[in-house]
Amino acid sequence: MEALLFLETVEQGLIYGIVVLGVYLSFRVLNYADLSVDGTLPLGAAVAASMIVAGYNPWIATLVATLAGGIGGLFTGYLHTKFRIDPLLTGILTMTGLYSVNLQVMGKANIPLLGYEVVFASPFGLRGEVFTLGLLLLIVSILVISIYKFLGTEIGVALRATGNNQRMITCLGVNTDNMKLLGLVISNAMVSLSGALICQYQGFADVGLGIGTIVGGLASLIIGEMLFSKDSIFRDLVSMVLGSIIFRLIIALVLWLGLPPAYLKLMTAFIVIICLTAPDIKAGVKFIKKRGNSYAENS
Amino acid sequence: MLKIVNLTKIFNPGTINEKKALDNINLHLKEGDLVTIIGSNGAGKSTLMNAISGAIAVDKGKIYIDNIDVTSQPEYRRGKFIGRVFQDPMTGTAAEMTVEENLVLALKRGQKRTLRKSIKNPERVLFREQLKLLGLNLENDLRQKVGLLSGGQRQALTLLMATITKPKLLLLDEHIAALDPQIANLVMELTKQIVKTNRLTALMITHDLHQALAVGNRTIMMHKGRMLFELKGEERKRATVETLLGLFRKQREAEGRSFCFLA
Ligand SMILES: Nc1ncnc2c1ncn2[C@@H]1O[C@H](COP(=O)(O)OP(=O)(O)OP(=O)(O)O)[C@@H](O)[C@H]1O
Ligand SMILES: [Mg+2]
Repeated sequence: MEALLFLETVEQGLIYGIVVLGVYLSFRVLNYADLSVDGTLPLGAAVAASMIVAGYNPWIATLVATLAGGIGGLFTGYLHTKFRIDPLLTGILTMTGLYSVNLQVMGKANIPLLGYEVVFASPFGLRGEVFTLGLLLLIVSILVISIYKFLGTEIGVALRATGNNQRMITCLGVNTDNMKLLGLVISNAMVSLSGALICQYQGFADVGLGIGTIVGGLASLIIGEMLFSKDSIFRDLVSMVLGSIIFRLIIALVLWLGLPPAYLKLMTAFIVIICLTAPDIKAGVKFIKKRGNSYAENS
Repeated sequence: MLKIVNLTKIFNPGTINEKKALDNINLHLKEGDLVTIIGSNGAGKSTLMNAISGAIAVDKGKIYIDNIDVTSQPEYRRGKFIGRVFQDPMTGTAAEMTVEENLVLALKRGQKRTLRKSIKNPERVLFREQLKLLGLNLENDLRQKVGLLSGGQRQALTLLMATITKPKLLLLDEHIAALDPQIANLVMELTKQIVKTNRLTALMITHDLHQALAVGNRTIMMHKGRMLFELKGEERKRATVETLLGLFRKQREAEGRSFCFLA
């Protein structure tokens, strides 16, 4: 029983890990505090679920959901690059507007997917859990490797420079507006992909699915950074996924210990607040890590 | 090469903070000119560079580079052919990226950026070769984060980044002012060398009057948004720091009289 719970939690961690990768792209790489993910996650779920119920192939539905998220990101970026609206506000506007869009797409607040074919339906008599875990590992690995490769391309380094020193990269002939648009499109497309996978995994899409996405994403990001990050982009990306898994494990644990689910969001907010306000924790973790390493080297 | 016609920039127009930072500036640079600009704080020197590079929009006048009107081109577009080095070494480099990543960002100036892998071995060979010329041991660790370098190393790197593609115009805004004297000298020597070997056209702002005369072939004095005078040719060769101070005093006195006259 506990083993199954553990497995499911890890799988959730992998799916939400895609959100964390998207949040890493916007918050860390692009240095853009994008809150639209609270809207693009349920958008992905809404589009995928509606299409699946309408009889489309679940992979096609997932792909279209991903593209829809990209459009959401484009909208956010457009508000900022065209009208110079503050990044924080652009995300809030997109997220708020998308709530209505999502309801419209779904036609009702909840779409059950039980009985429909989803991407996790295991072929050739493979055991369901094995297939699901394998598929998720595959998708997440492909994403991590693609993002890593992308960030090393000519456009990718220009995107990173946009987040690091906008003035410099402008002087070097790069239109930073385009870079921001590109980054936000990729980030939100990934978040919507995650939303499309979540609804198929849990068997329903709900219009309230997005609430707290960004806070959960940030909590995972911070946990990942504290525990695993180290001067390498590849390692950062893997850290995001691991951070997501650990965050989901923490949630599963406190629920298992008897915390009423209604308190989950409050707890998530506290995790982020504690991590942000106590740099000592981060320094402490780094220190422990270093000590551990030097012990390992000495022995 | 560079032609500036009747350039005027007013900050905060129509408010009590109104400030005429550039007042009808005219300037003509020929290919290969290295012009030093001097002037007191607030004279408008940096504003002039910001106007040329497109970092700020001007109110009146035109800017031509190679006979192309760039006055309304956005900054990033002019960035394709203008190299800049700022006073603050932090401004010209990306701290969280490596030395080679910073260099490759500069190497692609003016080219279309694609989805090709940005750094391969030929680039590394080029970077090592160029970094060796700086003499700051930067060639030994291309994967070092730029944020870990000293101010002088960062500024030398910025200079290399600004010139690695041989820009049409190089703008140097007090680029050695924040460095300790020894490294400042080194960066200045590098600047002269790079400008000379690549036959660059450049503007250099400095507060060091001696240096203003020692470097380049023309010197311009700015004051209150205007160009007070220019020294070039024989006149400049004979000039000393005292000459500059004398000319400056004379101009200000003339100005003072005109104020008295008005009052
Ligand atoms: N963005 C701005 N907004 C408002 N006023 C500005 C702005 N930039 C410059 N100014 C004003 O324009 C005038 C010229 O400034 P500028 O920076 O060009 O002087 P400078 O000659 O470079 O001086 P310094 O030697 O101190 O660097 C100053 O009075 C300054 O306060
Ligand atoms: Mg200045």
